[in-house]
Amino acid sequence: MNVVVCLKQVPGITEVKIDPETNTLIREGIKNIVNPFDTYALEEGVRIKERYGGKVTTVTMGPPQAEEVLREAISLGADEAILFSDSAFAGADTLATAYTLATAINKIQEYDLIICGRQTVDGDTGQVGPELAEMLGIPFVAYVSKVEEIESDHMRIQRMVEDGHEAIETLLPAVITVVKEINVPRLPSLRGLAKAKSAAIPTWTAIELGVDENTVGLPGSATKVIKVFFPQRVHRGEILQGELGSQVESLLDNLREIKVI
Amino acid sequence: MEYFLTEQQKTIKALAKRIAEERILPVRAELDEKEEFPWAIMKDLADADMFRVFIPEKYDGLDGGCLELCLVVEELSRACSGVAISYAATALGCSSLLEYGSEEQKQKYLPDIASGKRLAAFALTESTAGSDAGAIKTTANREGEGYVLNGTKQFITNGGEAEIYTIIALTNPERGTRGASAFLVEKDTPGFSFGKKEKKMGIRTSSTRELVFRNCLIPEENLIGKEGMGFIIMLKIFDRSRPGIGAQAVGLAQGALEAAVDYARQRIQFGHPIYSLQAVQHMLADMAIQVEAARALVYAVARTIDSGAKNFSEEAAMAKVFASDTAMKVTTDAVQIFGGVGYMCDYPMEKMMRDAKITQIYEGTNQVLRNAIASELRKRKGIRE
Repeated sequence: MNVVVCLKQVPGITEVKIDPETNTLIREGIKNIVNPFDTYALEEGVRIKERYGGKVTTVTMGPPQAEEVLREAISLGADEAILFSDSAFAGADTLATAYTLATAINKIQEYDLIICGRQTVDGDTGQVGPELAEMLGIPFVAYVSKVEEIESDHMRIQRMVEDGHEAIETLLPAVITVVKEINVPRLPSLRGLAKAKSAAIPTWTAIELGVDENTVGLPGSATKVIKVFFPQRVHRGEILQGELGSQVESLLDNLREIKVI
Repeated sequence: MEYFLTEQQKTIKALAKRIAEERILPVRAELDEKEEFPWAIMKDLADADMFRVFIPEKYDGLDGGCLELCLVVEELSRACSGVAISYAATALGCSSLLEYGSEEQKQKYLPDIASGKRLAAFALTESTAGSDAGAIKTTANREGEGYVLNGTKQFITNGGEAEIYTIIALTNPERGTRGASAFLVEKDTPGFSFGKKEKKMGIRTSSTRELVFRNCLIPEENLIGKEGMGFIIMLKIFDRSRPGIGAQAVGLAQGALEAAVDYARQRIQFGHPIYSLQAVQHMLADMAIQVEAARALVYAVARTIDSGAKNFSEEAAMAKVFASDTAMKVTTDAVQIFGGVGYMCDYPMEKMMRDAKITQIYEGTNQVLRNAIASELRKRKGIRE
């Protein structure tokens, strides 16, 4: 069972500021972490390896310092790690990101399952997982909360839906995105940390991937962020005053007015 | 303070701190109240390779020494002293094996201890033999190809939870302390059972239990070292383990100090944070001085031991006495700074104060250790080379 886990390095706090000029996140002076949802993806990948054998390869696309999340992944049980880094990849939206990842994963060749977190805490779109599956032409299941059983060419999983869980059987290889209910990620081990420190992490650039520069990064992006803003808080609530009887009267009047009753 | 830790030591300390904050802190009050052994945390510590820290590389360990062990114990104790001692008791339980065990014994037991699969414990104390360890009554009689143990050990940390026990028993009662020997006894050996589980003032998550031996037959290869070496082994391993108790005390005091500083900065009385009161500032300053001095002494003694020094009995006793007296003083003052809420169980301060007391009592009461220090002091006429 060869598992590929996609990770993203994100700013460590949720109160990041946005550059009003470029409408992108101001990342200076902020500690970067592994996207929290991706830690569940990694843990699940490592557990699958422990149950069924094989290996876990972690990948990330990002600037050179994104290597840190790959080292962390190795300390947490990943076997191999590859960084996709090139100035040509900068400014990618989800489409260009998914394209870069799909091209790279095709190059990895040996994969039975690809796991992503349900979404990132910076971009928050949750699109890269499904787009990746589409580009690789393999099945996709979102919000997976349990991996029940994996056979040679298919697996049984559960996914969270609004009012419960769905049991799904899917063919492999497949892409899944996972929710935090799926597991409790482990802490690193001392041996893992030592391994992470010395691990060789290759970097694949646009040349290694053999991609056209117009399909990646900003030129390859189908969307552009025009404006980032906080929606204005509107207080629509009304507090009724006076005697209980008159409060009930005016409540009924209001409800009739908006045709609720 | 710069303690010149190696990269490996810094990594060990940082990971222990993370385990303490993420896994111990959220549950410490519940563990204390329910007096539940912290199995989930022991599993986390095992998964993080913390039991490998004090085991040689040859037996799947990470080759650390006394200082590495102290760093882990200190960080764990900063969150919960009861969890810290449950971890450290395994180190004590296998230290006689590490120092005096045969190659076969080490091969058989140490890898399982390193992986955290099996916990260990050390058993000396009996109802008639506390500080007067020579008064033990448990016997180990030679019979055929083995020894038959009879007697009851008391107040044994990790009792009932550990799977590998080092027991001090008399193989030749007429010879007194020279007739004692050390043995390895595995849990589930016929004739070995567990008695009363103690209810304690502090470190309540740790297990403290009686070990009962009734015609318990163990094979002769379970003898550690030679017959009659039991007391020497016991004295030597306590010299090695005392800095660990010092580290437990330092961690506890550090936790109390941090909480007290934090509270003093927030608590408003007379219109200002109580930190602005000089009376409080001086208390906190004194606490900080004592904690740092205790830490420096504990680390220095741990390094002395790791350097391969032969005689460190006096220094080990000093580290334990000074650090544990510091923990008692600092946690008491921390409760005082918290005032009324410090006395309430909703805050962790009263637990820290309860947890501190035992560090002045076990692994040699501070009075017995002062006797030992004074005796060494007389021998060297007070002169320090």
